Amino acid sequence: MLRQYPDDLQQRRETRQPMTDFLAVDALEKRFASHGRAAFRDVSFSVKQGDFVALIGPSGCGKSTLLHIMSGLSQPTAGRVMLRGEPVLAPRPDMMFVFQQYTKSIFPWKTVLDNVLLGVKYQARAGRAELEKLCLEHLELVGLGRYPHYYPYQLSGGMQQRVAIARALARRPSILLMDEPFSALDAMMRVELQDLLLELWSDLKLTILFVTHDLDEALYLAQRVILFSASPGTIADDVTVPLAYPRRQIETRSDPAYLQLRERLYRNMVAQVMAGRADVP
Amino acid sequence: MSKIESLLRDTRVSGVILIALLLAFWQFSAIYLVKTPTWPPVTRIFEAWVENVADGTLLKHLVATFWRQMLGYGLAIVLGVGLGLAMGYFRPLYNLFEPLVEVLRPIPGPAYLPILVLFVGIGHEMKVVLILLASLFPILLNTYSGVRSIDRVQFDTARTLGLTTLQTFRELVIPAASPQILTGMRISLAISLILAILGEMIVSNDGLGYFTLLAQRTFKVPEMYAGIFTLALFGYVLNRIFLAMEARLMRWHHESSGRQ
Repeated sequence: MLRQYPDDLQQRRETRQPMTDFLAVDALEKRFASHGRAAFRDVSFSVKQGDFVALIGPSGCGKSTLLHIMSGLSQPTAGRVMLRGEPVLAPRPDMMFVFQQYTKSIFPWKTVLDNVLLGVKYQARAGRAELEKLCLEHLELVGLGRYPHYYPYQLSGGMQQRVAIARALARRPSILLMDEPFSALDAMMRVELQDLLLELWSDLKLTILFVTHDLDEALYLAQRVILFSASPGTIADDVTVPLAYPRRQIETRSDPAYLQLRERLYRNMVAQVMAGRADVP
Repeated sequence: MSKIESLLRDTRVSGVILIALLLAFWQFSAIYLVKTPTWPPVTRIFEAWVENVADGTLLKHLVATFWRQMLGYGLAIVLGVGLGLAMGYFRPLYNLFEPLVEVLRPIPGPAYLPILVLFVGIGHEMKVVLILLASLFPILLNTYSGVRSIDRVQFDTARTLGLTTLQTFRELVIPAASPQILTGMRISLAISLILAILGEMIVSNDGLGYFTLLAQRTFKVPEMYAGIFTLALFGYVLNRIFLAMEARLMRWHHESSGRQ
């Protein structure tokens, strides 16, 4: 089944010219005001439109902070984030953030439908019925078409995170910034959501930046994996994943190219963790 | 056997029976053991109660108490929730008012009475302000601590969804803090009744506090007990109404926190 945005956006997206530096971070640095230490420094990379990029690294390397800054939720102490040549200073509708803690980011006092509506009702000038239809269509997109009137507490963790994804998609972003979105889920749900995300990515022509600490998840999903060093984080490795889409949970994960890359990144990651430990006084 | 066990474990039948037994013991002791006018039999109290309900006296006083209680309590909710939301959300306001709140909060409600008599007099207004002052702090405190404990991720969510400050209050701050706001309101509901009765006992010409104390002073002892029973019933009904409303509004909260 081909997933499509339920409106004219599909056409708009196809007529847009891909740019080389669609989304770029330039010499980014974040120091914490409290202790002056840098979470990361001198981070520069750019992402092409339609890319699926995974950011991985040991915990505390600042990858999550980096994603927050890229979304405009917080500010860097140096450097800048550019989207289509414009600096990103605050959250914008074309870049949606998906949080790890779905129990928080999905409001427990709202039904599934009201949660998704929250993203569009103040922005769009359309009538209530029209907006509800739009939201229902996006719920269909993530496989929750039958649950609009459920409350989050009636849903599993995987379904709650689907609500968060539907809410983000209903705003019709071109970029999804995802901060360990599946790490709180059990293994079976994670696999399901990974495949759902890949389908959405290719059908809706999204650009995705995906932070994870799970190397296998990064390699399975992304076209490109950026590895961060331990604190303060810098880019330690940047690899292209030469595996065809659609990817398959069993076949892809046993592909020799996958295993080779996995070993390279794993060695590097262990080295980063060791170096990080040596740093601790 | 097992039926009795399950009645004891799963229902509060035993609690109701205990109350009935205590009342029966009261009745027995008043007739056979303690023959004094200050300890009338329950049946005599009930007669007095029926008389005073029938001629509308108790209803008149009940309405008077309810009216001043709700006026003070309602004002406390408006002020406490309003100021609490602002203090919880805007850090400078919190820093400005929190120390003052901490200094004023330990003052027991009745201690305001002498000051109020000087400034507001001894009329209706004094009692309303007394109830307001005593009910304010639990609501205020619970409201701002409820707002301050809202998770960062929820505020970040509101920002990524492009909500304005006003929309954030409506969609996030008020619902997220509502379990704690309601806790404060429940505490203050009990306090407001206490202060209403106290105010009426000190100086008043109506209300259940006035009725009860007047009955005692004029040696209408059964009437005095009837007033106290009415208060118990009134407080109980108020609390049940509040709990029913809370359960309805906070279903999402009980269900989601029960799961985690």
